[in-house]
Amino acid sequence: MLDDFMVRAALAGIGVAFAAAPLGCFVVWRRMAYFGDATAHAAILGVALSLAFSMSIFVGSMAVALLMALVVSVLSGRGYAMDTLLGVLAHSALAFGLVAVSFISGVRIDLMAYLFGDILAVSRGDLSVIWGGAVVVVALIGWRWSALLTSTLNEDLAYASGINPKREQLVLTIALAITVAVAIKVVGVLLIAAMLIIPAAAARPLSRTPEGMAVAAGLIGMLSAIIGLRAAYVLDTPAGPSIVCVAATTFLATSVLRGFRHER
Amino acid sequence: MSLVQVEDLSVRYGARTVLSRVSLRVEPGEIVTIVGPNGSGKTSLLRAIIGAVKPVKGRVVQGSGVKIGYVPQKLHIDETLPITVSRFLKLPGGVAVADIDHALAQSGVPDLAKAQLSQLSGGQFQRVLLARALIGKPDLLLLDEATQGLDQRGSASFYQQIETVRQNTGCAVLMISHELHVVMSASDRVICLNGHVCCEGTPAVVASAPEYRALFGSGTGGALALYRHEHDHGHDHGDHNHDHTEAAE
Repeated sequence: MLDDFMVRAALAGIGVAFAAAPLGCFVVWRRMAYFGDATAHAAILGVALSLAFSMSIFVGSMAVALLMALVVSVLSGRGYAMDTLLGVLAHSALAFGLVAVSFISGVRIDLMAYLFGDILAVSRGDLSVIWGGAVVVVALIGWRWSALLTSTLNEDLAYASGINPKREQLVLTIALAITVAVAIKVVGVLLIAAMLIIPAAAARPLSRTPEGMAVAAGLIGMLSAIIGLRAAYVLDTPAGPSIVCVAATTFLATSVLRGFRHER
Repeated sequence: MSLVQVEDLSVRYGARTVLSRVSLRVEPGEIVTIVGPNGSGKTSLLRAIIGAVKPVKGRVVQGSGVKIGYVPQKLHIDETLPITVSRFLKLPGGVAVADIDHALAQSGVPDLAKAQLSQLSGGQFQRVLLARALIGKPDLLLLDEATQGLDQRGSASFYQQIETVRQNTGCAVLMISHELHVVMSASDRVICLNGHVCCEGTPAVVASAPEYRALFGSGTGGALALYRHEHDHGHDHGDHNHDHTEAAE
C-alpha cells in the first residue's frame, strides 16, 4: 500500500494536519499567527545549513526553528513592537537562508521543494519522521493541555493555580519547532502557517469548547489534505497549495454558516 | 496564625521600584482593603502574593495548608476561544460538577454553567471569576479591583455577595478597591499604599491619618462621613449636617 506515492502523500498530509490542529488552536487563541510564520521562515536557513553540512534536514530545520522561536521569546517586550521584531527576524532569516543555499553548488533546483513543499515525493523514511514528530507534538500538548489552556486564558490565574505560564509558553515553542520541521516536506516553508491557522479558524464557528475546536480543526485539516491531494491529481495543480485552498474554502463556508446563525 | 504574611517586600520592574519594604499580614476571617492612587503598586502586591512576580527583597509567607482564591482584574477572553463557564471552572482540573454548581450558586449565578464565557455581561463575568476563586474552598480570597467596569448598583451587589460569602465560609478577604465608601463601610482594616505602606488601621483611623488625606485630599472626607453616618449615631448634630454636605459632593 505504501508503494503508491498518492497513499504516502495522503498519510503525510494527515500526519501534519493531526499535529497542526491542537497547536494551531493555541496559535489562534494566543494570537501567535505571525510567530508561527517567523519560525517557519527561519527553517529555510536550517535547510541550507543541513545541506551544507550534509546532515538530516529534519534535525537542521528543527534546530534553527527552535533557536528562532527562543530568540523571539527572549527579545519580545524589550523595546521593539512584536510585529516589527518578527518581521525583521523572519524575513532576514529567510533571506540569509536563500543566500546561504546559493553557496552550495547543485542544490538550487531543490530549494523550490522546501519553499512550497513536495508532498508527492514523500518517502517511507519521511513518513516515519512526520508521524513520529506528529505523535510527539500531540502527546506534548495533550499532556500540558489544562495548564496551557489556563495560561492562555490569563497568566495571573495560572500563577494562582501553581502553573508557570513561561514554562507552558516554552512547551508551545518546542511543539511549533517540531511541527515546522515535520511540515516542510509537505506544504513547504511558505504555507506551514496556513496549515496551523486555517483549520483552527475554520473550526471556531462549529465549536463550544476548546477540546471540540481542536478535534474539529483536526478533522478539517485531514479532510483538506485528502480532498486537496485528489484535486491536485485530477486538475494537475500543485499539491501543497491545493490542500491549503481546500482548507481556506472550508473556512469561508463555516464563516458564512456563522453569519447565518447570527442573523437568526 | 496569619493566613499570609508579607515581610519587608520590595518589587522592581526594570529600574522602577514599585514596592519598597512592604509588610502586612492577614488574619483568618477579616476583610482587609488596600487603597492607593494609580501606580501605587497595589496590583503588584497581590501578584507577588500569588507568585506571579518575584520580589527583589523580602518574602511572602503563606500559612501551612492555607488555600488562596484569586479574582483578577477584568479578564479578556479572546473571541476565537470557545469555552463554557463550567469548562472554565474545571481548569486546571480535578473539579467535581457538584462543586462547580455550588460555587456558582454561592456567587449568585447558579444558571450560567452552560453559557459561553465570551457572552457574559460584565457583572456575570465577575461573579464567574468569583466562583472560580471559591471552588478550591479558599481560606483567603484575593480580589483585584473586582468591580471595575460595573455600574454602582452592580458593584454594590457584588460587594454584598462577597460579604455573604465571608459569612457563609468564614474566609478572609484581601482586596483592592477604588470605591472608598465601600471600603470604609465594609472593611475591618484598611491599608493605604503608595509604593510603601503609608498608614494602616481601622477605616476611621486611616481616614483621619494625614498621609491618607495627603493622597486622597479632602474630597474623600465624604466617604468617611458616610461611614460615620451609618455606623456612629452618637455624634452631635451640627457635625452630622456638615458631613452630609460633604458626602453629597
